[in-house]
Amino acid sequence: MQRIAITDKAAAIVRQLQEKYGELIFHQSGGCCDGSSPMIFEKGEMYLDESDTHLGKIENVDFYMNQDQFEYWKHTHLTIDITEGRGSSFSLEIPLGLRFIVISRLLTEDENTFFNSSQKS
Amino acid sequence: MSYSKPKFKEQYNNFINGKFVAPIGGAYFENTSPVDNSLIAKYPRSQKEDVESAVNAANAAKDSWGNTSAAERAALLNKVADIIEENLEEFALVETCDNGKPIRETLNADIPLAVDHWRYFAACIRAEEGSATELDANTLSMNIKEPLGVVGQIIPWNFPLLMLSWKLPPALATGNCVVLKPAEQTPSSATLLMEKIADVFPPGVLNVVHGFGPEAGKPLASSSKIDKVAFTGETTTGQLIMQYASKNLNPVTMELGGKSPNVFFNSVMDEDDAFLDKAIEGAVLFAFNQGEVCTCPSRLLVQEDIYDAFIARVIERTNAIVQDNPYDTNTMLGAQASNDQYEKIQSYLKIGVEEGAKVLAGGEANKLGGEFANGFYIKPTILEGHNKMRVFQEEIFGPVVCVTKFKDEAEAIEIANDTLYGLGAGVWTRDAHQLYQIPRAIKAGRVWVNCYHAYPAHAPFGGYKKSGFGRENHVMMMNYYRQTKNMLISYDKNKLGFF
Repeated sequence: MQRIAITDKAAAIVRQLQEKYGELIFHQSGGCCDGSSPMIFEKGEMYLDESDTHLGKIENVDFYMNQDQFEYWKHTHLTIDITEGRGSSFSLEIPLGLRFIVISRLLTEDENTFFNSSQKS
Repeated sequence: MSYSKPKFKEQYNNFINGKFVAPIGGAYFENTSPVDNSLIAKYPRSQKEDVESAVNAANAAKDSWGNTSAAERAALLNKVADIIEENLEEFALVETCDNGKPIRETLNADIPLAVDHWRYFAACIRAEEGSATELDANTLSMNIKEPLGVVGQIIPWNFPLLMLSWKLPPALATGNCVVLKPAEQTPSSATLLMEKIADVFPPGVLNVVHGFGPEAGKPLASSSKIDKVAFTGETTTGQLIMQYASKNLNPVTMELGGKSPNVFFNSVMDEDDAFLDKAIEGAVLFAFNQGEVCTCPSRLLVQEDIYDAFIARVIERTNAIVQDNPYDTNTMLGAQASNDQYEKIQSYLKIGVEEGAKVLAGGEANKLGGEFANGFYIKPTILEGHNKMRVFQEEIFGPVVCVTKFKDEAEAIEIANDTLYGLGAGVWTRDAHQLYQIPRAIKAGRVWVNCYHAYPAHAPFGGYKKSGFGRENHVMMMNYYRQTKNMLISYDKNKLGFF
């Protein structure tokens, strides 16, 4: 069972970025302007520690979110998609004229029991 | 009255060392208008080398600029203010075209406010003094303020010229040189300003470099040749910029958004008068600037005994919002700034409904016909739910308000503070005790009391919690751009006697 998924279109872009940059990570942003968007960076670019929750792996890329933010998100399932757009963050897909976005749905009852009552994150 | 899309050149350049220069790599990107998704112009897709060139120009200029008199710097700031004011309509049109906001906001809010921030800091730098203290009969401690040197500023797209005018004046007034990167979604008004003020400052004092975050923003934020970074944006980029700054042991200021509560106590409905009318408008201000405001009052908290009557009035006023041609002065709500904002907002409307929120108004995109068919319009939306829903916790940055009710003061404070952020808040009441006590209990840097969305110069603005730190729009911002030089002077002719 997974908390996160990725669309084929978004996965193709991730693979394209992996060819150029090597190992990558996703970090979910919060706050204004370009916030609430998943951002992709070279592995090691961003300092991560126990305050970042690991949500899973998509297309061989680890996906993280700040723990405080995760508390408000943990009842939802996330699918990473891609759209045309121009974000002003440091996320690596921006120069392609594309932008990762997150599509959310509520966890099913089974998923919710699996993830949120057994202390798994 | 209706305007039309302003004219642009085919291509623009960076402004470095007092001149417009092409990006070294020769690459440009196309900038489009969210009003109708039409092309505006091409702007430089700058790389590290362009940023370095701007940073070098700023470093070369910093010593002489830092030694100019306060009178001289203030005069130049006032000159910029005059130039913007003389061309107010032109700036307003360019801003509406690039950002999508209605012309009546750019004519009456964005541009006049921008003018005032330049004048405010021109006045501040003339009026302030350093300090001196006699520590004892023979020892004087003297504090002299000195500029940091070169400052990198990265600004957002929601109020392009206004955010530029929050950031540049305090840095320039205090004698710093600046390299500014506008958001790539909205490079136009910063470019227009550089064209109008190209000769105002000595070469190198003010530099503007366009481009994308990973290619131009990161080299600026991580440059070892700058002395400070000021950023407005979101949390992940904020953390990265702080990381880069930590490598250089540079100070930073951050404004990172919020999820601001707007709290209405039952006394607002004691009378059906002008104040109630103002309060209803205050609740509907979530739609101001299409909700693309860091302090958007996006959580509406209403006391339960007036809830039904109050919300009925808010729905009525929301449904009366005119969303149409942004160039028409009757239009109240324009286009979202970009396609990805447009899609993000719609994804939030969907998850909101899935989580059980009830749509009281709007709830979908607004398909305008004709020439605006390709623009990015969202209907002003009211969602009713509870504070644990994601739409109550995340900055949607759209014309979307989430409404819930509270029982008493304690519950109002609890809900208001149940958020990761603490930038803005609103409190509305006729009760004199609540007027003071509730704002004090809310953990936010700006609490509007019986008003909302006012941003005058001379009132400090900044965040608590994950909304960042630093206080803009106020004389205190100048100290975020300065060092304190302490001269400790002895007038004693006698030795210490140790050696």
